[in-house]
Amino acid sequence: MKHKVTRAAGTGFTHLVLGGYTLLALFPILLVIINSVKSKDGIFDSPLSLPTMETWSLIGFEKVLAKSPFIHFFSNSLTVTLVSLVLILVLGAMAAWALSEYKFRGSKLLAIYMAFGIMVPIRLGTVSILELIVKLDLTNTLTALILVYVAQGLPLAIMILGEFIQQVPKELKEAARCDGVGEFKIFFQIILPLIRPAVATVAVFTMVPIWNDLWFPLILAPGEETQTVTLGVQQFIGQYVTDWNAVLASLSLAVLPVLVMYVFASRQLIRGITAGAVK
Amino acid sequence: MKRAFPWHIAVFLAPAFLIYTAFSALPLLDTLRLGFFTTHDSGQQTFVGLANYIKLLTDPDWSAAFWNAMSNNFKFFLIVMFVQNPIALLLAALLSMHGVRGAKAYQTLIFLPTLLSVVIIGFIWQLILSPLWGVSEKLLGFVGLADYFHPWLGDEATALITLSLISVWQFVGVPMMLLYASLIAIPDEIIDAARIEGASSWHIFWTIRLPLILPTLGLVTILTFVGNFNAFDLVYAVKGAIAGPNYSTDLLGTFFYRTFFGYQSQIGSPTMGAAVATTMFLIILSGVGVYFYFIQRKLQRFSF
Repeated sequence: MKHKVTRAAGTGFTHLVLGGYTLLALFPILLVIINSVKSKDGIFDSPLSLPTMETWSLIGFEKVLAKSPFIHFFSNSLTVTLVSLVLILVLGAMAAWALSEYKFRGSKLLAIYMAFGIMVPIRLGTVSILELIVKLDLTNTLTALILVYVAQGLPLAIMILGEFIQQVPKELKEAARCDGVGEFKIFFQIILPLIRPAVATVAVFTMVPIWNDLWFPLILAPGEETQTVTLGVQQFIGQYVTDWNAVLASLSLAVLPVLVMYVFASRQLIRGITAGAVK
Repeated sequence: MKRAFPWHIAVFLAPAFLIYTAFSALPLLDTLRLGFFTTHDSGQQTFVGLANYIKLLTDPDWSAAFWNAMSNNFKFFLIVMFVQNPIALLLAALLSMHGVRGAKAYQTLIFLPTLLSVVIIGFIWQLILSPLWGVSEKLLGFVGLADYFHPWLGDEATALITLSLISVWQFVGVPMMLLYASLIAIPDEIIDAARIEGASSWHIFWTIRLPLILPTLGLVTILTFVGNFNAFDLVYAVKGAIAGPNYSTDLLGTFFYRTFFGYQSQIGSPTMGAAVATTMFLIILSGVGVYFYFIQRKLQRFSF
């Protein structure tokens, strides 16, 4: 009997802590989204309540969408993220396959060389990256960002995909080779489809830092034409600090696509993080 | 028998190798090299040996700013380390208990802020903590603490702590997930055996589960270290490149940015910037080195 009571108290405590923390994690985001659809009076008089008939207003969104090239920022971010992602996954998988399948002189060393980039932030090479981008005449282009993000994403992608490729049964490859299938066909038609779950996982958590990066857009492509969402929000809010409607609306606009993506990809993402940790 | 050159290996490897080398490895090396040079007004660069580093560490203007950024960075790291990771451990331990209903939902929701841009998170908290809006004051009022409200982000004494707590709030999900994964990977037999011997849950946690997840705690530590000594976005978003008030929130990342690009009256210097980046590189590298040395031994000890 006593045991049961302590058990119930334990469960209660668990849910109190977890639920309380969940509330703390979500509250700031919800607060911003809720207030972004209110009038200025509503934002200041009753910041903690849901919008009512009187306080409902989309003025913030109207202002932001009319005054700033927000849609344009989105398409820039989308282009950079998607192109980088495809390149990281395809080139990363190819390199991972080469490093784990073929043993040649220096293959170990090459693997270590590629893995070095996992721990050392590419940002520290910024001075020289900027010089290189200027020399190549790529400043204020999305190409510059894509090249840097691909270089940044490859090491982790190669490491994770390499581990999955090693789990592919030997017999499969040997059978294909006996039938005279070429190495490229083996990779693209047998291996790549087999490691699809791993590719999806790597995709989801390679994407997040690219979409969110501020540093390289700020340094390599700060021009109006090439601004990404993160940089755009940063500059836009810097200019309109006093216009609360516009600020809250632009924050919501920046948050929403990530929320939508998370709804679809959260399982994949969490599985990827936990799978990478437990070896 | 002579074998043909393995062209397919080259084709598989070359694109990744070339892009990584050109845009990551070589720029890093070149940055290390540039740290030994100085830029003249004409734009020419000449070799000056360790002069940049000597200037950074001994010139009164430079060294004051450098050590300020460095000590702020250590404070930032320590606060995140000793607030974020215990909270993460508590949450992970609760999540990993048998039969917690809704564990997946809790995980998913607590992890959510991690995905948002640091810039956006910074702005959101800036609004919430703003005395103008009064949300924090109202919330404190609910529990009778309204008098304790203070513009924390604007005060030299509290700005850095506030920023590091914002960072904790955002990123607690990562160590939580990592620790959770390693907690549920512990074989049930070990825990059951201890339970039969009469050990309490509390006792089992401290003497069995915690020691078994030490490698993951090590990983969490080094991830926190590398992340924090590379931090920039949060301070830049909330405080700008000047890291106010009065440089009290200046981190190595913002110091590097100002040195490289210049700000207000100071002209940016790529070579001094390279010297700062090299210093950051050495700090991060020594952290990573300590980690590998330490963890390697831990792993060996626990593999028996």
